[in-house]
Amino acid sequence: MRLARTHVLVGVDDEARLAGVDAVLAALREALSQFNLEGEVQVVETGSLGISGHGIVVAVQPDGVYYAGVTPGDARQIAEEHLLKGRPVARLRLPTTAPVARPAEVLGRQTRVVLANCGVIDPERIEEYIATGGYEALGRAVTEMKPEDVIEEVRNAGLRGRGGAGFPTGIKWSAVRTASEPERYVVCNADEGEPGTFKDRLILEGDPHKLLEGMAIAGYAVGARVGIIYIRGEYKLSIARIERAIADAEALGLLGERVFDTDTSFRVEVRPGAGAYVCGEETSLLESLEGKRGWPRIRPPYPVTHGLWGKPTVVNNVETLANVPVILRRGAAWYRTLGTPTCPGTKVYTILGHVRYPGLVEVEMGTPLRTLIYELGGGLPPGRSLKGVLVGGAAGAFLPPRELDARLDFDSLAERAAALGSGAVLVMDESACIVDMLGSVLRFFCHESCGQCTPCRSGTEVLVRLISSLQTGRADEATLAQMVQVVDAMRAASLCPLGQSVMLPVRTALSGFRDEFAAHLAGAPCPHCAATARALGLACG
Amino acid sequence: MKKEITKEAIAARHPRSPEALLSLLHDLQTANEGNHLTGADLALAASHVGIPLSAVRDAATFYSMFSLAPRGRHIIRLCASPNCHLAGAWSALDELRRSLGVDVGETTADGRFTLELTSCLGACGVAPVMMIDDEVVGNLTPERVREALARYREAR
Repeated sequence: MRLARTHVLVGVDDEARLAGVDAVLAALREALSQFNLEGEVQVVETGSLGISGHGIVVAVQPDGVYYAGVTPGDARQIAEEHLLKGRPVARLRLPTTAPVARPAEVLGRQTRVVLANCGVIDPERIEEYIATGGYEALGRAVTEMKPEDVIEEVRNAGLRGRGGAGFPTGIKWSAVRTASEPERYVVCNADEGEPGTFKDRLILEGDPHKLLEGMAIAGYAVGARVGIIYIRGEYKLSIARIERAIADAEALGLLGERVFDTDTSFRVEVRPGAGAYVCGEETSLLESLEGKRGWPRIRPPYPVTHGLWGKPTVVNNVETLANVPVILRRGAAWYRTLGTPTCPGTKVYTILGHVRYPGLVEVEMGTPLRTLIYELGGGLPPGRSLKGVLVGGAAGAFLPPRELDARLDFDSLAERAAALGSGAVLVMDESACIVDMLGSVLRFFCHESCGQCTPCRSGTEVLVRLISSLQTGRADEATLAQMVQVVDAMRAASLCPLGQSVMLPVRTALSGFRDEFAAHLAGAPCPHCAATARALGLACG
Repeated sequence: MKKEITKEAIAARHPRSPEALLSLLHDLQTANEGNHLTGADLALAASHVGIPLSAVRDAATFYSMFSLAPRGRHIIRLCASPNCHLAGAWSALDELRRSLGVDVGETTADGRFTLELTSCLGACGVAPVMMIDDEVVGNLTPERVREALARYREAR
């Protein structure tokens, strides 16, 4: 970083934009200039600071002071009182006990590896990434290590795919490395569509170079010269940030032709999606990249041998690739000190819903759900009690309070492993209705089913009909049994994980919240289901 | 025609390869007043990236961000996914319907707004959320919905 006494970090993301962060930045810069502080205090526009729902958040470092809900007038006051006179503005500070935002001590309970730079460096300045040791791992890889050694290190670290399935990354890379076709690709899956998650967006916007470095290392390891990032079309800021980062890295010879003046070349391109959840499935994503509708392919063959344009292709999630640089820099042995023996490392979660401190956190693999909700999420607001948690987004599991001690890693969650990848944790207090939430999940799947295979296309429609009848008082026990039949058939016969995974929310909701379904069958009035019926124009009675 | 020249210029910014198709369709759609893709756009895209028109149409009708029918100048996408649902998306929907006088999938008579539902926008920290064009509008209450609409009504 440039030499400055103090850094003022301003989180710029969609939420801050909407709250008018540009005006705050302008006011801050004007005040600093007026007080002649420009040389001493540097304003850094960074990604989200990891605190959601509280407007514009500003951090003053190294003082460790966080301000929330900052207006242009407040910015002026912060400049005058805190930065000029050294007195933090108590009125705006994030208190450590009040339920306004995750206090610094809770932030400190995280293990930030992937998110280490998010909210700390200016993501639009490559120098700042380099100053944190960025691109060092890539440099070492291409100048000192054989590709096989890179793969060996990643394999020894025990890195597993963070997109959902938890497949060992080293094995995937090795399969592409040893493929006979010389033309290969590295594809980054940034089509983050699982409801309730935005972890990849934070990495894309808060530390884009970490992803690029991870991709370039992957490219060197598997012998690919081209990397492609497939980003959701709705993530406008992410697309802009990553394009800027690619240009900056190419200008310094860290990407593009002759990386680090070696014979290694690696070019990265960005491709936007266009609104299709199914494209988060890797073979649908590849179809979409080829300019087609995002229909999943029948597997095998797998992308490691027949991927983009039929060539061997590594498809890795954003978070997976963002783990790679630190593994090479600090070594597999260090990485294995984090997490569990079979799931080393950390995991990024989005904790949302009825908690005091909603937002993003990064903790070691194997952290119990209870810790996540009650320590990092601050628990439920005072006076409210927990009804359940939807872990993993729509394709996730509804867990009742008795399962709070579940450890969050790929193996402990066993068949719920798919639920882990997206990292979405939606907390529901006693006011929520599980039947209504399941209805929302099933309508989501019905909308997003791509229509290619019959079990999923018809199954999701039948499920919406069944849950609608339950929500409008026209269901009986047979309705519930039929739901289970349908999801089991979809599990067995659907072409891709979209249709297969609908089983998870349905079965977990029915087994964990039996009473609630029984009450709906008995005709107990439910304001949530009534509101849904009204909004969707469902016939009642 | 001037408009046609513009479209050709848009196409020229993209590689002549099928993998450029979605980016190209995004740009062509944005250039149209009606926020939609015309038959001419699809034909242009087909010849530019070198695939059959039927294949372009196949792709264009698959993705929810593309429309072959004219829409309003501003697209309102309200998130209806579980997190926004829990946070009260329906009351925002009620207000949108009331203020706009249209239902989901319809365009206001003045051609200003089209109302759509969407899956998760990845802005769950400020649920319930909608996007108006590229702007994310969060923490929706009936008042905030009215404020946002008023801003777009004044803008033109």
